[in-house]
Amino acid sequence: MSIYSELILDNYENPRNVGVVKKPSKRVSVSNPLCGDAISMSVRIKKGRVAEIKFEGTGCAISQASSSMLTEYVKGKEIVLLKNLDKKFIIMMLGVELGVNRLKCALLPLEALKKLLVEY
Amino acid sequence: MDEFKNVKKQFPIFSNFPGLIYLDSTATSLKPWSVIDELSKYYSNYSANIYRGVYRISEKATEEFEKTRQIVAQFLKAKTSDEIVFTRNTTESLNLVAYTLGRQIVGEGDEIVTTVMEHHSNFVPWQQLAFENGAVFKVIDVDDRGYLACHFDGTTIPNIISKRTKVLALTYVSNVLGTINPVKQIILQARKINPDIIVVVDAAQAVPHLDVNVAELGCDFLAFSSHKMLGPTGVGVLWGRLNLLEKMFPFMFGGEMIVDVSIAKTTFKRPPHKFEAGTPAIGEIIAFKEAIKFLQAIGLEKIRHHEKILALRCFDTLKKEFGEKIKLYGPNNFDDRGGVVAFNFGDYHSHDVASILDEENIAVRAGHHCAMPLHKRLDANSSVRASFYIYNNENDIDLLVKGLRKVEKILKNK
Ligand SMILES: Cc1ncc(COP(=O)(O)O)c(C=O)c1O
Repeated sequence: MSIYSELILDNYENPRNVGVVKKPSKRVSVSNPLCGDAISMSVRIKKGRVAEIKFEGTGCAISQASSSMLTEYVKGKEIVLLKNLDKKFIIMMLGVELGVNRLKCALLPLEALKKLLVEY
Repeated sequence: MDEFKNVKKQFPIFSNFPGLIYLDSTATSLKPWSVIDELSKYYSNYSANIYRGVYRISEKATEEFEKTRQIVAQFLKAKTSDEIVFTRNTTESLNLVAYTLGRQIVGEGDEIVTTVMEHHSNFVPWQQLAFENGAVFKVIDVDDRGYLACHFDGTTIPNIISKRTKVLALTYVSNVLGTINPVKQIILQARKINPDIIVVVDAAQAVPHLDVNVAELGCDFLAFSSHKMLGPTGVGVLWGRLNLLEKMFPFMFGGEMIVDVSIAKTTFKRPPHKFEAGTPAIGEIIAFKEAIKFLQAIGLEKIRHHEKILALRCFDTLKKEFGEKIKLYGPNNFDDRGGVVAFNFGDYHSHDVASILDEENIAVRAGHHCAMPLHKRLDANSSVRASFYIYNNENDIDLLVKGLRKVEKILKNK
């Protein structure tokens, strides 16, 4: 089965939540020097929830789609619940089987999200 | 071309994975039956340790092991097989020189010169040695055509090489650009400025593909890996001038490399054994000679010609089919270039290109190919690399083009 499912390609071609949020509570950058992928993510937090979240950066279709889908998922959610998000969740969210190397691309936005939320 | 028609049949992977289009021999080559058989013969018939045994199967193993050393020496036109040191791979061979001779001769204010097109294994060991010993680390640039930015008429090399240059470390063939460096001329020029300079050549992409002759080349050390030339993994070679090997400290201490050990002191064997501590990859080294025989039976000149024709055809076809959309790296002139074609395709990430090609059973490499300084110089995060060897043919290029059409179809005009 192709890893380039309709869902992934749709999020790659029309990524959601691209840019930088206004008056961010926090902003972080993560990168994977192995393939040159780099993502910066910003969040505005209100009353323990993600009020707004955006990302920008360069990378492969998998890291872009994963960023788009993850930011879409976390919008409006309570931070305490988001702390549990893990690798398994990302694999489920993407709905395709990835090899170890491509999995790293998919996990990059999760790393950014974790960094954003550590102190909240 | 008849030699190449039946080559595929001698590689079992093509029967076990029908339809495989393998375009990643620069990373590692496939293995023919003769190598696999020799390996399993050792493991099933005489799998004893070498040197110490007085029983027959140990003597047989020692004999077969040392035969490989002879064959490697003849293959490289080395003066004696004592100049052939077995290591694990090219990386270990290069580190051996940096750790032993490097740390003996490079001091504060001395210079180490390398190039921006090196694989990390011939870059980082020298960079770190320079940091450690307070030496100056100088890097020869590449020009926009993919050649080293130094001229061999003596005009720019003097700015780079000086009397204080202790080591010149350079690659024979670039694993990304494919550039075949005029190593012999560079060494001649460098020695005119500084006759004492130690020249270390990374020949990982040269020995599998070109007729390499250490007697003619003029270098002091030359490193390569068995696994990139049809042989088993776990085997590297360091060729070094005997007088230098004799002067150098051992790299690792332990069994096999000593003559006598007492509480007060240890005396070491002569080269090459001084550098071969511990039990080596015996079966793999024994089987490695079959790889060399395989290459010799075809002939290195024919292999070089075959790869050149394929790489040139790949380069021209990609340009014709995709025009401006494809960015090809490395020299246009294939007289100066090996069987490596690295490129970037539109705005698609190299990982996406390689993943979609994999769906078509086409194996190419994506990433920085352990050459990050070069990719920074090329202003590219990564690249896709197709490389050719004896089992490739023109059909592979047609399928590569078809695969790239599929990439376009899936990823659209992003
Ligand atoms: C030019 C060059 N040098 C060194 C190496 C390292 O070889 P090994 O991984 O066998 O040590 C490679 C392999 O990719 C190479 O292409």
